[in-house]
Amino acid sequence: MISETYSLLVNGKSYQVVDGHPSESLLWVLRERLELSGSKNACEEGECGSCTVLVDGEIVCSCLVLAASAVGREITTIEGLGSEDEISDVQKAFVDAGAVQCGFCTPGLLVAIDQLLNTDPDPDDLTVREAISGNLCRCTGYGRILEAVRIASKNRKVQNQEEQGK
Amino acid sequence: MGVIIAKSVNEACAVLAENPAATVLAGGTDLMVQVNRGTHSLETVLDLSRIPELKKWTMEDNQIILGAGISYTDLTHPQLSAFFPALAQAARTVGSPQIRNAGTLGGNLATASPAGDTIPVLVAMDASMQLKSSTETREVSITEFITGVKANALKPGEIIESIKVPIFKGPQEFLKVGTRNAMVISVVSLALVTDYLERKLRIGVGSVSPVPFRATEAEEFISDKFDWETNRNLSEKVINKFSELVANSTEPIDDHRGTANYRKHAVKVLAKRALERVSAGDIK
Amino acid sequence: MSRLQTVDTATKGSRIGESAIRPDGVPKVKGEFVFSNDLRHPDMIWGGTLRSPHPSARIVSINTTPALKMTGVYAVLTSEDLDGMPLYGLEHPDQPVLADGVVRFQGEPVAIVAADHPDNVRLALEAIDVEYELIEPLSDSKLAQENEAIHPDGNLFREININYGNSQEEGEITVEGTYEVGMQDQAPLGTESGMAVPSEDGGIDLFVSTQWLHADRDQVAACLNLPPEKVRLTLAGVGGAFGAREDISLHIHLCLLAMRTGKPIKMSYSRTESFHGHVHRHPAQMWYRHHAKSDGTLIRIEARLLLDGGAYASTSSAVLANATCFAAGPYRVPNVEIYGAVVRTNNPPCGAMRGFGCVQVCFAHEAQMDKLAVELGMDPVELRVKNALEPGDQIITGQTITGTAPVAEVIETCAQHSSSVGPASQQMELPGGAGRTADPKHIVRGEAIAVGFKNLMFSEGFDDFSTASCQLLDGVATITSACAEVGQGFVTLAQQIVREILGVEEVILAPASTASVGSAGSTSASRQTWMSGGAVKSACDAVRIKLLSRIAESHDLDVESLVIVDGGIASLSSEFSISLKEATSDLVEAEEVYRHVPTFPLDENGQGNAHVSFVFSAHRAVVDVDQELGLVKVVELITSQDVGRVLNPLQLQGQLEGGAAQGLGLAVMEEINVVDGRILNPSFTDYLLPTALDMPPVEIAALIEQPEPNAPFGAKGVGEPPAISSTAAIASAVRNATGLDLHRVPIRPTDIVFPERNDND
Repeated sequence: MISETYSLLVNGKSYQVVDGHPSESLLWVLRERLELSGSKNACEEGECGSCTVLVDGEIVCSCLVLAASAVGREITTIEGLGSEDEISDVQKAFVDAGAVQCGFCTPGLLVAIDQLLNTDPDPDDLTVREAISGNLCRCTGYGRILEAVRIASKNRKVQNQEEQGK
Repeated sequence: MGVIIAKSVNEACAVLAENPAATVLAGGTDLMVQVNRGTHSLETVLDLSRIPELKKWTMEDNQIILGAGISYTDLTHPQLSAFFPALAQAARTVGSPQIRNAGTLGGNLATASPAGDTIPVLVAMDASMQLKSSTETREVSITEFITGVKANALKPGEIIESIKVPIFKGPQEFLKVGTRNAMVISVVSLALVTDYLERKLRIGVGSVSPVPFRATEAEEFISDKFDWETNRNLSEKVINKFSELVANSTEPIDDHRGTANYRKHAVKVLAKRALERVSAGDIK
Repeated sequence: MSRLQTVDTATKGSRIGESAIRPDGVPKVKGEFVFSNDLRHPDMIWGGTLRSPHPSARIVSINTTPALKMTGVYAVLTSEDLDGMPLYGLEHPDQPVLADGVVRFQGEPVAIVAADHPDNVRLALEAIDVEYELIEPLSDSKLAQENEAIHPDGNLFREININYGNSQEEGEITVEGTYEVGMQDQAPLGTESGMAVPSEDGGIDLFVSTQWLHADRDQVAACLNLPPEKVRLTLAGVGGAFGAREDISLHIHLCLLAMRTGKPIKMSYSRTESFHGHVHRHPAQMWYRHHAKSDGTLIRIEARLLLDGGAYASTSSAVLANATCFAAGPYRVPNVEIYGAVVRTNNPPCGAMRGFGCVQVCFAHEAQMDKLAVELGMDPVELRVKNALEPGDQIITGQTITGTAPVAEVIETCAQHSSSVGPASQQMELPGGAGRTADPKHIVRGEAIAVGFKNLMFSEGFDDFSTASCQLLDGVATITSACAEVGQGFVTLAQQIVREILGVEEVILAPASTASVGSAGSTSASRQTWMSGGAVKSACDAVRIKLLSRIAESHDLDVESLVIVDGGIASLSSEFSISLKEATSDLVEAEEVYRHVPTFPLDENGQGNAHVSFVFSAHRAVVDVDQELGLVKVVELITSQDVGRVLNPLQLQGQLEGGAAQGLGLAVMEEINVVDGRILNPSFTDYLLPTALDMPPVEIAALIEQPEPNAPFGAKGVGEPPAISSTAAIASAVRNATGLDLHRVPIRPTDIVFPERNDND
């Protein structure tokens, strides 16, 4: 089996992938080689969204990205949301709103929702539903997730107004 | 070996000429499913996703030339969707937002699934494709390109460079039946494209035959009956006859996503609804 | 003593009755929470399973030699390598660890492999050469009892007759119907996964996602031929369960490979393998005849139920008990004749899933109630309320309801709640969604109500208990329980209970492991709030009494005068006070085992006090249906539920919404399509789970809080009811919209488009 060595830029940090197999998906490499196991594997065919990451600013299923083809791309995973000491507003809204149950879909949803709110700070419910229609959740029935988005969106609005007021 | 990230179409063609067995990777949304299942193992991969030419689109003689690397999400942007709303509507039904960001028009065509969402639209519009290898550039029509269930006319060493889509004046509709409200593979799909200048209605159908196709008999019938001035007064009889003709042209199968009977019935309903919508709006 | 047990007023958030935040919430949103397939070990190798492609075959030969010779391969094991118990099973061991000469379902494990990389595992699995001699599969459950036995234990897992009352009287009004429920999958997002690590004492440590550590431990130990104490199971992060993890999946395989190779080994099923690797909800075929007086009073119900148990027993017999005991619904019925059977076939094995036998019969009994209402010309809500069970009534097993039974209340509050949805304003909200198929003039709206009924906890004399210990040191409480947290939020609740009783803020939850504490029983049957909540409460109560006694003794105070308040202990009769931290500088600890009241087996007439407690729910569904295309959009769900007492409003809401989503899935889209024993859709591409565009808002009309006697804090389990009446309500609403007699779920487009013919059957 042939192997290869390449580097990936994940959450602003460069990682060396040594002796990678050519068939490995980005999800696999993140989880098993880079020990960034926040991205989850629930279907590995792009039908659940648990592995959602940003590649060059767009949400994609990392299970469907060939790892070695992502060289030079900017990859952001759940580990790249928030800071070392503080969770992001969307992460906090998830905890507070009860949007987390088993938590397996949570990282992928957070990446998708964070991206949504960055581009559309005040989405209506239908927009949110379409934006997360590729992220399956089996526990919550989505109710608390939508509520978390409402909370995060509202908080961002308040914060923006405050900042503008200053 | 491993992954070769081409920066230009010429480079990609040169790589393929040298490695005819290389696997071509575009958006990865079909290929990687096979790879993850272990049914397709990779040795040399030619990655087309970073070729700027393939991401571009241009207008030329009343046609839009779409780079094969244009994503489904790109197709839904107002700038592009204005030219062919049905293609944008079809693109919006593909998988999830994640899939639409990664998957490409060229990839959808190369995979050539009977259920490929953009294909009925492109078939209806008589799109053609520019194929390129290190030695040859050729243009084929989409119907020549898709040769069977998941089979295409690409020769070794060839890639899809672009898709040429004529601009038609008049309303368009794309409808797709799936048993979920999003992220679902089509059970039946139908595109209706009005060509006001030529006084023609064009119909493409998907998931009801090995290859998406144009329902030509139905097209001729309805183009003739259509009131091209007022765009009104289609009788129920005409609408029914039209939708019957569409349905009669299909050869659906039974599978776990739907039965042949249902598909035949549903395509008729879609034809009728698409026609009603088109005739309800401004035809010019 | 009673005064000692009164609880102080909560001064801070997150006690009983408040929306406490999950302790694992932050790690989960950061992606740091370790799920079972996130486990890793520096010396770890990988395992994989070779499964039968055939639903029924004799194994002529297995050649593992080529696989063993491959790069990176450490071990290849078949049934010949087993030296412990070759069979396992939750209720009855009848399922081979590895197929021995015969395979009885598609996906049955035949061999297992250990190698250095998953790619090499896959290649080795492909290199194992198995010669099969195919046998015609027994795939029709109706033929199972007359068919030649496909297993030494025969083809009948269990049959139950329930004969209640003795009247054979015909009703003035009778309605009859046959009903069918397809095979649903739990589809937890985390697939089966775990890691086994051989230990120096010759035993094994298994880290695995499961619903019941101790039951797994006992089965694993028997199959490894090890004493139970040498097999230590620790709960690894669980990505949902819903019944799919009550049975053994990869547990024994992982341990066998770890023991053979001497290396830590990890296994993680793909989604497709997961569909083949765990049990599903039993498909059911049901016939019913209801008899009523012309005023709507039910006088008799006859029913025949047939459940397809698939190839192995799993929990089939308990599922059948539920299906039969709750077959009449939450109604007073003086005369009942019910026959139920669950049979063995070459279909995928079926077992536990949320609602456990009650989901299937709810769909049928509620359809019957609707039919009856039509025949009677009576309002369906009025008919249900008229016959609603009340405390003191007998259910059809002759058991008197001694606890709460607010059946009429759940029905009435749900029915009276005003709907908050108008007509859909956008194409995306109509049936067909993103596919833009809907044409408003072909959309019909329907609305209907359904009522669900289930038992809480294990029944029929099962010794059902939970163990927990509490240690209080330096003002910090540590709770040890083997209760499997699968996402339901027991971890939150355990902390709430400790804070409520001991007044401490910091509560540590020790890892759930068979090595540290006795069994907590299964995270199923809506039982952990009651059972493990009860165990934690008992342990905390015991610690509280010990602590106060100790303080009373050491400070020469009257124990009766001491209370825990504001993080300290104070005397009501003197100036004395001491902080909890100071008071617990020496450890105070207690371990308690909590048991619910005993239950008893059903007799030959299906009679007996078999159940502990009952729970009720109602759902009202509003649906839009595209009649021409047969597509359904559920527009709104309204629910009322009998909850005893609300312990955590936020988590409760999450259970109600999540359960309803699974009910919606069964009503309109989720089905494992099995043809001739083969699954046609073992993937998320074709097994469709509801997306955010399919699931409507869930309106909670009422949470009926009537504290349940004997239940800790008066609370009933809340997890299953939302998945029971939701399916029935949605199906009924589709009937209401279309006027069709839809007798099967999931309702497929063809069922609506071609009601006259069974296009799929």
